[in-house]
Amino acid sequence: MTRTTLKCLLLASSMLGSAGLAHAEDVTLTIESWRNDDLTIWQEKLIPAFEAKNPGIKVKFAPTAPTEYNAALNAKLDAGSAGDLVTCRPFDVSLELYNKKHLADLTGLAGMENFSPVAKSAWTTDDGSATFCVPMASVIHGFIYNKDAFDKLGIAIPTTEAEFFAALDKIKADGTYIPLAMGTKDLWEAATMGYQNIGPTYWKGEEGRAALIKGEQKLTDEPWVEPFKVLAKWKDYLGDGFEAQTYPDSQNLFTLGRAAIYPAGSWEIGLFNTQAQFKMGAFPPPVKAAGDTCYISDHTDIGVGLNAKSAHPEEAKKFLSWVASPEFADIYANALPGFFSLNSTPVKMSDPLAQEFVSWREKCKPTIRSTYQILARGTPSLENETWVESANVINGTDTPEVAAEKLQKGLDSWYKPAK
Amino acid sequence: MSSAIMSEDSIQTPARAKRWHILVFLLPAFVIYSAVMILPLVETLRLSLFNTVDGQSTFVGFANFQVLFGQERWAADFWRALKNNFIFFAIHMLVQNPLGIALAAMLSIPKLRLATFYRTAIFLPTLLSFVIVGFIWKLILSPIWGITPFFMDLVGLKAFFAPWLGRPGSALIAVSLISVWQNIGIPMMLIYAALLNIPDEVIEAAECDGVTGWSQFWKIKLPLVLPAIGMVSILTFVGNFNAFDLIYTVQGALAGPDGSTDILGTLLYRTFFGFQLQLGDRSMGATIATVMFLIILAGVSLYLFGIQRRVRRYQF
Repeated sequence: MTRTTLKCLLLASSMLGSAGLAHAEDVTLTIESWRNDDLTIWQEKLIPAFEAKNPGIKVKFAPTAPTEYNAALNAKLDAGSAGDLVTCRPFDVSLELYNKKHLADLTGLAGMENFSPVAKSAWTTDDGSATFCVPMASVIHGFIYNKDAFDKLGIAIPTTEAEFFAALDKIKADGTYIPLAMGTKDLWEAATMGYQNIGPTYWKGEEGRAALIKGEQKLTDEPWVEPFKVLAKWKDYLGDGFEAQTYPDSQNLFTLGRAAIYPAGSWEIGLFNTQAQFKMGAFPPPVKAAGDTCYISDHTDIGVGLNAKSAHPEEAKKFLSWVASPEFADIYANALPGFFSLNSTPVKMSDPLAQEFVSWREKCKPTIRSTYQILARGTPSLENETWVESANVINGTDTPEVAAEKLQKGLDSWYKPAK
Repeated sequence: MSSAIMSEDSIQTPARAKRWHILVFLLPAFVIYSAVMILPLVETLRLSLFNTVDGQSTFVGFANFQVLFGQERWAADFWRALKNNFIFFAIHMLVQNPLGIALAAMLSIPKLRLATFYRTAIFLPTLLSFVIVGFIWKLILSPIWGITPFFMDLVGLKAFFAPWLGRPGSALIAVSLISVWQNIGIPMMLIYAALLNIPDEVIEAAECDGVTGWSQFWKIKLPLVLPAIGMVSILTFVGNFNAFDLIYTVQGALAGPDGSTDILGTLLYRTFFGFQLQLGDRSMGATIATVMFLIILAGVSLYLFGIQRRVRRYQF
């Protein structure tokens, strides 16, 4: 009985399914993704825009839960049942898929020229010879501040390190607001919002990052120790009991208006817009001296690649070229403020805070988080170690020099720079 | 003696039917236990002797153990985790079990009113999920929204409040005490049951001899519940060296700050499954799991052969 019902259902669904494909030549592309939050944006904005221009190609966005994505995708790719297009995590996770020949080489794809080498670095082989995912979005670090608080206390937006600390002193002296909303309990806040946020200014972005990977610079060198020294000074401006303050605590302290400055990642914009009752602004990491070049962490976060076993590689490539186009960038960046297109063509965004963040790309040099490419793949992972040491430096458990030494020692234990 | 039985058997029923039902009844338990306990254990032990060399799983002998104990980073992480684990265990033995015995002794006072209520209330946290306990205590101890600073302020002790979970010096003690709070119901219940098992005649005889109050507890009751205390201790030992969930929910997989709450369970988790950008290393994970297994095995053997045999049991 249940068997026949099942058969009927299968039959019916297959008939309906084929009936849905109006034209016989229609090709359906399926996108694997972990961004289930973005389902409506894909269904209502992105896919219709693509389908309108490309008759004959249908696109289906099929997200999995973020925590299950990597495992589910691996299983599907091994079984050969994965979708035509695969959303790529940055760096090693995707590189492994490419090395296993699950992802196709997209180096020559039309539209790839729209991206800078930094934008592509998360999905490029170590030697830079092949790119296997189209970069979709990045997140930018900086500081979000409470505009009302700044106006009330008469503080101008700080551009240099000295001005930054002067502003913090002023907020602290006034006492109404906690100067900086950050805690060290969850460790990664200290590393990601602290070290990787202000660091590029000191190690000169890509220049320092590349030198570190090549082994020309060490983490014990001054450009890498200095951000720790600055971070150590933050301690006095954090809230009471910051050692036990978690990431949601920091978010709440800021959106409730109890803190003046929030060391941020741009992904907060969407949440903060709905929660904060005051005006917000943003400024990039302050430079050492007025007139210095500013550097920002413009961290590559999402890409999309082609399943090497896809039955419709030509259509899929057409879609990928569209993802690489300014049109996609425009729709995507506006639908998800805080996730910025990596396209070289600047995108005009309607959200003022997001627009502020992205405007830094024009005046500052972008880089990605120093610990993500290559250096995180061994044991101990430099990224994880940086979490612990950044928190240690702020807590005062380790001095900046000791922290840097520990990191370098951990890295030396497994990483040998290519000569 | 066995030969006597056998000879008796062979005389009485030479062609006795085979007792298949014994096998049949044993089979389900044997199959399930093998599938979910023995096989994974053997597989873990096997995996600890293998490692990936050039993409192939290869037998490497004790090389993984050499890495774990020989390489500075691995050894430092491991010894730190082991040391923290011993502190974690010591706090349970010094706080949880004596308190559990005290609570059980108080509950067994016949005149105590509302005994059932206390018993239930104290046992309740044991039934809660680790996630809930971890979350509740993180909130209670939070310096920003927590009620601890508020209550301490009411009694004028605000100056003694500190963000305990965030300080390397106090985090492990704080987490251990949370675990004590959660698990204290188990020693209490076991010892309470043992105390109730003491026959009234023994107590009455003691009273006739003039042994009452504290001296009755120390001289009569405590020796009688000693086997139960031994069992509680070994349960605590096994539980503590397998612990993971509470630390993971309260302090995260990196068991911060500065790894000060890292115990063997969290080290195993990070190594085996990987964390954030660190990729999982199944061979090294299995190696740590094997060492944990050996530590627990050694502890339990020490108890079984060294202590349990010497504990005097009283038959009533």
